[in-house]
Amino acid sequence: MNILGLYNYWIVVVLMMIGFYIVIAHENLIKKLVGLSIFQTSVFFFYISMGKITGATAPILDEKWQLYSNPLPHVLILTAIVVGIATTALGLALVVRIQEAYGSIEEYEIQAQDTQDQMESHLEAYGFRKKHALSPSNIDQ
Amino acid sequence: METLIDIVLLGFLVLTALAVAKMQDLFAVVMLSGIYSLISASLFMDLDAVDVAFTEASVGAGISTLLMLASLKLVGQYEKHSRYRPMLALGVVLATGTLLIYGTLDMPHFGSAEAPVHQHVAPRYLNDSMAEIGVPNVVTSVLASYRGYDTLGETLVVFTAGIGVISLLRVSRRTKEEEKRRVPADMQQQIILRVVAKMMLPLILIFALYVQFHGDYGPGGGFQAGVIFAAGIILYTMLYGLSNASRVFKPHILELFSALGVLLYAGVGVLCILMGGNFLEYGVLEHDPVDGQHLGILLVELGVGITVASVMITIFFKFTWRTVKHKYNK
Repeated sequence: MNILGLYNYWIVVVLMMIGFYIVIAHENLIKKLVGLSIFQTSVFFFYISMGKITGATAPILDEKWQLYSNPLPHVLILTAIVVGIATTALGLALVVRIQEAYGSIEEYEIQAQDTQDQMESHLEAYGFRKKHALSPSNIDQ
Repeated sequence: METLIDIVLLGFLVLTALAVAKMQDLFAVVMLSGIYSLISASLFMDLDAVDVAFTEASVGAGISTLLMLASLKLVGQYEKHSRYRPMLALGVVLATGTLLIYGTLDMPHFGSAEAPVHQHVAPRYLNDSMAEIGVPNVVTSVLASYRGYDTLGETLVVFTAGIGVISLLRVSRRTKEEEKRRVPADMQQQIILRVVAKMMLPLILIFALYVQFHGDYGPGGGFQAGVIFAAGIILYTMLYGLSNASRVFKPHILELFSALGVLLYAGVGVLCILMGGNFLEYGVLEHDPVDGQHLGILLVELGVGITVASVMITIFFKFTWRTVKHKYNK
């Protein structure tokens, strides 16, 4: 039983790290959001595991039972799930707008376009017109 | 037995999460995340968190999968190969994970009744809530009464996220008119689905109302009921078309209702002040404090349910209108 005593928490750490890895190593924004929600659920498991007492029952009071699990983590996580879906929806809406503005949801493609725009505006500020011989696309050649 | 189920379900969760990390096809990723949520719901059930399991099953496996699918339709299904080598990321993740596991070594063992978590406010909730609030479901009395401020804030966050989605994904009148002229809905041929859905719809909506008003005595409450109600309406929308659904649920009325729920919640709080108590101290609402608590919890949960349901329906409508808009702009 001693080995299993911390099993839940170790799995929570593993899940959290998988979510973390998806968020930092993948370029696709939808994939990042899925990774973020895996990260988020691992925190949910952590809270709920801490609230559990062996041999207890769900915290709905009844004369037949004496021992109940801790209701406080349940309340915190219950609201966190609904807030989580609302914020995920906001994230998805942003991703949709990014796709419409950039034509891509891969992070490096978006960054490449941003750098290009920035260089063009800098050059314009120094007096070069767009499509000029010194615009970034011509400098490359 | 409970421990065995716990071990197996957590194992499943790790496998699903690894598959999510590996897959390139985003459709499969979204489906796997739906499965992940369903397994999580079973795990919450096993860990005595019935209210949480309820919420996760309706939110995670239902609405979030649908929203992800709707956005996949807008942004494309495949992830491109990344150009970077993930070694640095892997290193960071392994280092953080090792530190976190080192941190767990000091923790009290799983399921122990002497853990510090169970010493502070939890005994008060479990022993005194029946006399103070008079509601058997302790989760409901903590959610709506003891921690009423917290829940008000969270309802406000849901409302704010709804406003964010509304302002990000606006629809022009032209798109709506073009959609109205389109005669057969996408699902016109799915007769079995349409007939069964029509029989299921009243049951789903009644179940949502049951969950809403029975939340004091069993698992349930405003958050779950709102999501289940929204799921019923979304089912109808998918099978009978957007223009039909938005004839019943007009966008401006939905937006009004999502604000109305928050107003109802905060209004109950202000009413408590006017009647001589503190903000959200429901005891003063009636002559007998326990009756007052009952009334307050009922109204507050209703406010939560209204806001959550109308925000969820609005968000789904906005995403679907966006797909319609893309179709006509091509």
